[in-house]
Amino acid sequence: MTFASFMFYALSFVVVASSVMVISAKNPVYSVMFLIAAFLGAAGLFVLMGAEYLAMLLVIVYVGAVAVLFLFVVMMLDVDFVELKQGFLRYVPIGGALATVVVVELILVLGAWVLPSDEEMARSHPIPTAAQTVADPDGPNNIEALGLVLYTDYVHFFQIAGVILFIAMVGAIVLTFRERDGIRKQDPAQQVSRKREDAVEIQKVITGQGI
Amino acid sequence: MAEIGLGHYLSLGAVLFSIGMAGIFLNRKNVIVILMSIELMLLSVNINFVAFSQFLGDLTGQVFAFMILTVAAAEAAVGLAILVAYFRNRGDISVEDANFMKN
Repeated sequence: MTFASFMFYALSFVVVASSVMVISAKNPVYSVMFLIAAFLGAAGLFVLMGAEYLAMLLVIVYVGAVAVLFLFVVMMLDVDFVELKQGFLRYVPIGGALATVVVVELILVLGAWVLPSDEEMARSHPIPTAAQTVADPDGPNNIEALGLVLYTDYVHFFQIAGVILFIAMVGAIVLTFRERDGIRKQDPAQQVSRKREDAVEIQKVITGQGI
Repeated sequence: MAEIGLGHYLSLGAVLFSIGMAGIFLNRKNVIVILMSIELMLLSVNINFVAFSQFLGDLTGQVFAFMILTVAAAEAAVGLAILVAYFRNRGDISVEDANFMKN
């Protein structure tokens, strides 16, 4: 067994075992932790395949942002998580059966898959292999090659991705924004428009009587 | 042991996808875990894209995986925002009893 195949099996085991724990853990906080483990394992697999940029992106975006977001939401919601687990076993037969059918189907479909012809391969965007990068460190590497296609051929997709993220941000803020009454806030416009008459009152005080 | 090929990665993707799907069925009372299951399914799709990209020597697959990553992040943000809004209105996150639209 070569080192690469050993790493593949080890990382696959981490990914699959963590995913099983994600869907079966009693406490959603543990689910989030196992989700992080699954993403880290997948990032390792991406490195193994030679897609270093996507691996790092997976760590930053998923572990750094999405998983933390999940963690915040889990901790924010005041739910009895033990009670949520009730009825879990009721769906094990149907869920397990469906999952088995799908995995068999997918593997059967993929088993019948054939590599495209050399002609079709020639039309593709070539990708530097890890061996090439090692042999020629100054030559194009994964991230460089990705940048060369991402900002040229796929620049519109790149911009649309930005728009999608922007809309998602606006949507998330609109959905969770809540205007609450009874909170003392600073209103600069009101402060600026304040006149002397609003604040100071001049009283003529008669001696010996007070106000 | 044979060299790791495309089939290995695709099988892993298939297994991961099925686990995500089973998670949706199993956790009927907890929307958070359902969202995490969807993230797992998107991860398996990403593994498939990167595997195809690498074994066919075409970078397009990695660009597509990048787009999936973007959409998955957006989906998680909006999904969790909806979840928080739903929890505020209802005080519970079960999908089994979600029937606001029915009556």
